[in-house]
Amino acid sequence: MSAIVNTANTVLAQLPDGATAADAKGISAASSAGFAYGLAAIGPGIGIGYLVGQAVQAMARQPESAGQVQTTMFLGIAFTEALALIGFVVFILLKFV
Amino acid sequence: MFAELKFPGIEEMVQWPAAFGEGTPFAFNKVALISLIAMAVPVIWFLVAGGSAKKSLVPRGAQNLAETSIEFIEKQVIGQAIGPDGLPYLPLLISMFLFIFVGNLFGIIPTSHFGANARMANPVLLAVLTWFVFIGVGLKHNGLGYLKASLFPPGVPKALYLLVTPIEFISTFLVRPFSLAVRLFANSLAGHILLVTFSVLTATLWSLSPLVVAAPFSFFMLIAFTGFELLVAFLQAYIFTLLTAVYIGGALHPHH
Repeated sequence: MSAIVNTANTVLAQLPDGATAADAKGISAASSAGFAYGLAAIGPGIGIGYLVGQAVQAMARQPESAGQVQTTMFLGIAFTEALALIGFVVFILLKFV
Repeated sequence: MFAELKFPGIEEMVQWPAAFGEGTPFAFNKVALISLIAMAVPVIWFLVAGGSAKKSLVPRGAQNLAETSIEFIEKQVIGQAIGPDGLPYLPLLISMFLFIFVGNLFGIIPTSHFGANARMANPVLLAVLTWFVFIGVGLKHNGLGYLKASLFPPGVPKALYLLVTPIEFISTFLVRPFSLAVRLFANSLAGHILLVTFSVLTATLWSLSPLVVAAPFSFFMLIAFTGFELLVAFLQAYIFTLLTAVYIGGALHPHH
């Protein structure tokens, strides 16, 4: 983590003369964008895996309630996935804006 | 020998010059055209299907497909999320579903290759529409009791309302439209960027003589992700409609 924190300083030291702090900030933001999305994907990844696994188990135990379990599963996926997607938006904001 | 891999910037991926009206609020570019088509295709399709429904009782062709999609929304969305009293909202939900689905489909149609919902304007408009609809439904059917039921959920100790009410307010009235819009937008944009990535990679590998053997793998990934995007296009339209139905259902029966 210290690598991310110190990136701005190290980048500023390596830049040619005339580079401002704003340039260094932009470069360090771009280099931490990957971390932002990678970290944001961990939790939802575990969450969706657990959720779908449990849904499959429920459907295997009670096939007659499969339709309702499936709808609830999609709802749960939608809510869990939102976190990863917000991470993706943060990635876009850091990388391109 | 190794030409550099040049990845386009975000402006090149999502911005198009306007055909006319550049700089005014009426600028008409590719995204506006796709949105217009996404609106027109379901309308024309349902007009054709309705016309043939008057002539013959046995559904064929366009009518068959229209009835299948109506039944899908009726059984899988309204039946699961609202219940029988949600049928008045069928026209809203099916228009929403088809507009999002057709708009998303343009993300994988060659020569278009850009989903209408990969720009924030469309998802925001749809999310604001959902927001007005579910609050309107709640106020119409339950009056101010809807606000009371959603902000002060029953069965909570009185002192805890200090904590629960702000959380409920934020999660019901602020986070709901925000997450609806961001979910649709980010999924479409992520799919678009994935396809751009593999297209650029394939084209670059094709031009590099020693690495041309790797180009088919990249091309295969491009084809695979196109199929995946078809799934995502349907799933996002379904989830957006399902969540709208769930919010309407929550506003109709706030005590469940």
